[in-house]
Amino acid sequence: MEFLVITAVKLALILFVFMTTLAYLQWVERKVIAHVQVRMGPSRVGPHGLLQPLADVVKLITKEGVMPPHVNKAFYLAAPFLAVFMALISISIIPFGTSLTIPAFQIGSTTFGPYTTMMELADVNVGILMILAVSSMGVYGIALAGWSSNNKYALLGGLRSSAQMISYELPLSLALAAPLLSAGTLSLRGIADAQAGFYLGFIPKWAIFQMPFPQIFSFIIFVISSFAETNRIPFDLPEAENELVAGFHVEYSSMTFAAFFMAEYANMITVCCVATLLFLGGWQPLWPAALGSNFFAPAILFITGAICLYHGINPARPFDRITLPVFAVLFFALAGLFAFPPLVPVLMPIFWFLAKVGFLLFVFIWIRATLPRFRYDQLMSFAWKFLFPAALVNLLITGFLVALFA
Amino acid sequence: MDIFFFLLFAFIAVIAAVNVVLQRHPISSALSLVGVMASLAVLYLLLGAEFIAMAQLIVYAGAIMVLFVFVIMLLNAGTEERSGRSWLSQVLGVPAIVALLGLLCFFAYKVFPNAGFVKFGDFTGGGAKEIGYALFTEYLLPFEVTSILILIAIVGAIVLARKELD
Repeated sequence: MEFLVITAVKLALILFVFMTTLAYLQWVERKVIAHVQVRMGPSRVGPHGLLQPLADVVKLITKEGVMPPHVNKAFYLAAPFLAVFMALISISIIPFGTSLTIPAFQIGSTTFGPYTTMMELADVNVGILMILAVSSMGVYGIALAGWSSNNKYALLGGLRSSAQMISYELPLSLALAAPLLSAGTLSLRGIADAQAGFYLGFIPKWAIFQMPFPQIFSFIIFVISSFAETNRIPFDLPEAENELVAGFHVEYSSMTFAAFFMAEYANMITVCCVATLLFLGGWQPLWPAALGSNFFAPAILFITGAICLYHGINPARPFDRITLPVFAVLFFALAGLFAFPPLVPVLMPIFWFLAKVGFLLFVFIWIRATLPRFRYDQLMSFAWKFLFPAALVNLLITGFLVALFA
Repeated sequence: MDIFFFLLFAFIAVIAAVNVVLQRHPISSALSLVGVMASLAVLYLLLGAEFIAMAQLIVYAGAIMVLFVFVIMLLNAGTEERSGRSWLSQVLGVPAIVALLGLLCFFAYKVFPNAGFVKFGDFTGGGAKEIGYALFTEYLLPFEVTSILILIAIVGAIVLARKELD
């Protein structure tokens, strides 16, 4: 009974945080791409455009949902639902940190005992296989969307996207298998726990630094394959706006289009979380706590607050005099949270996990702003003729070295 | 609790399987088959074979059925016409199926009279480690032979799909 209540609370919390992150990831993307292109990005709706995602959500909900008469109605309506369903399932098995203990508290006359729970929704033994399974099933949403739209461009986009996704699943799986050999377990929490500890006292035992074979190549192959799995630039020909008239979601409008959008960003976040867990050590810090890594988080937040305060005092725009100091106060409050000793063992792993995922998401957005897209045949030959043999060779070398030295 | 989930997903699997045959559009049949595969994966999970459950989803529902759906989309197969069936087959169809199933159950009971009932949670050898040990020690020869079989299939597919060199 207790288990159900705790799980329901965790579910609500994770869902809320995830949906908000999804909406604001779009804001971050637009701002970063804009600044790369030396312009400002959304800056009108709310301070620095922070209410832009809200405006977009309201627009998409209230827009007229046009269902063209020539589509196959059942599959047209089922496809976005399938896409979002698969994208959201994989979040449920990702661990965000170590265990969390809520001490006993009293409401009225009943004492609710101390609760200990792990920071994830479900710890599955074969977690990594479930991530692969759900990403394989995510192909259906796109293929059905493209086919049911009864439109040449949508069909082409849907078929290309499906073929791309299933081709890149192979190097993805092989690149995933290599750090599993050193971790020795399939459960995501076990893999992150196997990367605890430090070599020589200061080099973290993350999979990309791990002897006997640092998994740098697996990491690079995994990141490249995950660009293709999530249909991001440079592999986004199936949904290119200028080539295929937006590809498989050309006939979708308002909420159903928002669903595909949401599914793409959710897939991106999931893939970054999996890369963090497998290759970057999950919630393990970059240098040991004995050398002061526990002060990194409040220091970064404090510095960010100080920068906001400085720019609030010499504002570039008149209303910055009000908004930037407010942000500064928020950052100082967040830094101040780390001053409470009972909160530190809970907040530290979450901070490191979010920092690494955030860095990977920034790389995704940075590459979107920088690179042109691949042509479709270049894309497919890159997967089959280069990435797949490279991942295979990497797996062979890793297996050989792990068998020799472990 | 296990009984409830077993009954639910077995029911879904049977309904989806019957739906494969009853649907008129090939894509609907293919998607019903995906539903069967997914329900079977849940049943494997209930029995404790977690690796097989995930492998079922990855291989069957995620690769083989995607191939089916792909081909049906490319071939642009349309809705099938209901052709006229004779009066005899319409009346005797369902009773014949029920009789056949009854006969199968009878023979199964005859051959295995002492088979007990399944207790959910009894089987603990379903993780990757146990399967890996079995696959690479006791069942190594079938494993290697199966991989050669798959290699033959791949080579055959490439030879058949290749353009003729003139």
